[in-house]
Amino acid sequence: MRTSPELRAKARPAGDCVWEIAPSEKAGMRVPARIYASEALFGQMDDGVFEQVTNVACLPGIVRAALCMPDGHWGYGFPIGGVAAFDAEDGVISPGGIGFDINCGMRLIRTGLSEGEVRPRITELIDALFEAVPSGVGAKGFVRLTEESFRRIMVQGAGWCVAHGYGWPEDLERMEGQGCLPGADPTHVSARAVSRGMEQLGTLGSGNHYLEIQVVREGGIHDPVAARALGVEAPGQVFVMLHCGSRGFGHQIGTDYLRIFDQAMPRYGIRVNDRELACAPFRSPEGQAYFGAMTAAANSAFANRQVITHRVREVFSRIFGRDARTLGLDMIYDVCHNTAKLERHRVDGREMELVVHRKGATRAFGPGAPDVPSAYRTIGQPVIIGGSMETGSALLVGTAHAMEETWGSTAHGAGRTMSRAQAKKLVRGDTLIRDMAARGIVVRAASKSGVAEEAGFAYKDLSAVVDVLHRLDLSRRVATLSPIGNIKG
Amino acid sequence: MGHYRFLEEVALADCAVEVEGRDPADLFETAASALACLMVDPATLSITVERAVTIEAPQLDLLLYDWLSELIYLKDRDRQVFPAAQVTIAGKGPFRLDAIARGGTIDAEHTTLGADPKAVTFHQFVLEQTADGWRARLVIDI
Repeated sequence: MRTSPELRAKARPAGDCVWEIAPSEKAGMRVPARIYASEALFGQMDDGVFEQVTNVACLPGIVRAALCMPDGHWGYGFPIGGVAAFDAEDGVISPGGIGFDINCGMRLIRTGLSEGEVRPRITELIDALFEAVPSGVGAKGFVRLTEESFRRIMVQGAGWCVAHGYGWPEDLERMEGQGCLPGADPTHVSARAVSRGMEQLGTLGSGNHYLEIQVVREGGIHDPVAARALGVEAPGQVFVMLHCGSRGFGHQIGTDYLRIFDQAMPRYGIRVNDRELACAPFRSPEGQAYFGAMTAAANSAFANRQVITHRVREVFSRIFGRDARTLGLDMIYDVCHNTAKLERHRVDGREMELVVHRKGATRAFGPGAPDVPSAYRTIGQPVIIGGSMETGSALLVGTAHAMEETWGSTAHGAGRTMSRAQAKKLVRGDTLIRDMAARGIVVRAASKSGVAEEAGFAYKDLSAVVDVLHRLDLSRRVATLSPIGNIKG
Repeated sequence: MGHYRFLEEVALADCAVEVEGRDPADLFETAASALACLMVDPATLSITVERAVTIEAPQLDLLLYDWLSELIYLKDRDRQVFPAAQVTIAGKGPFRLDAIARGGTIDAEHTTLGADPKAVTFHQFVLEQTADGWRARLVIDI
């Protein structure tokens, strides 16, 4: 995909790697739209990004600007990589600014193991993880829940898991919001959402979701001080990365409320340029109900990643014949992608309560900010940016500048440049799996065609995305992690 | 039955499909088939389940949205996929759908899996009458 010259001409350079579309470019824009990208990444953005980020700029109560991160690409409603803050008093909340996979997010776990110890057993390890962590269409989790206990998960998030033996107490310290966002209200969750998601706790899903074994290579540690604080000690060290979300439970809440908002908008006199941007005033009954249900889904996503973490520890412990603690399987961090959160930020010199939407974008709070774990308080909140299964991922930290510029937000991944159908035309899943094995990356997948769709060439160059973030000081590069084993849904 | 084709340039990370049918019921049946093909290879699914579905909606396009949302819901709740359906539609707003959906339960041993749809989206969501019948454009979030 490439940007058309007409749309490109509307976005003016507004500094190094910053492009701005003035409110005069589209009727109804209340604030400018701002895209963070190098010249090369900007040129790779499809026209949908421009349409969507300017549509976001039209929403009631938006503060300062509609933002798009360098991994931005076409979504629905908001672009993926979209960030927008709305005044909590007179602004809106929009499911299209969050996505159907509520609190889809990343989790990174360190190990005390070296590649030399893991490599000889990587196939055995990946096979065991594939068995232990259900993935793909129709996957069912291993945790049997009553409806009552599922409702507790909605309110307690990862805390419920730790209390029930699926994790360590210190895990909670190393999660965005301690693995439990305030404001969850199960009374606004439909019975349909409960029945759709209740049996899926501990499942990976499909699409771009994965569980990956990674290693930090020689030259892969860019900031030794921050790396050490995060538990990244030396080249050859092995890590486990998870990317998954709230599964059918969150998807159903998105479906339910998109439908409700679509019908409710006329009551509030709100018109939007794209039906996927359906929204309601944050303080309205519909807005508050969605916020309560959406937060319940966000908490279930923390629980999902926590239960998977428990399984990962069990598998490592079994394969290597040692307790997970002695193997050093400590949480580095868990960070959300698809949320709207009530946060306080400074706007024109005064503090405001904002509903910050991050869709395919990561929170990146800087050093000293609230909710950054004490162990990381001096370096900033860890930021985990997932790349493609072939090329690796990145670990960064948030910055003070991101707090000023982007409501403490940064990119979330490499961002697609090619459709799934195109990718499947270029490579077969089984061929790619064989090629990757020859390059030392063992892949197990529930769907072979799904593997082809996730080929590295379908994504932007992750290092180019990270370079922009680092140059703009929206987050600071710490380490690069390379895959040696991957489980795909 | 009508026909469908997946569109390559409409959705980058998701899946867009154009569905045509001679009338709304035919289109709804075809859309169900397209959705099932997205999820699994229907040839690897034992057709053992028959399920009655009734849905009401104020507009015809929302009836389609709710029908496909119901099929996605059944995939997650019961792990069942329905490549075939017999649909009747009544009313002129509100509309009512009565369907007999035929399909099977996903069997990890034998069913070839495809994508795992999250939701039908309203992005570029269109249901319209054409000179030859009815056409819909759907973007499925996967």
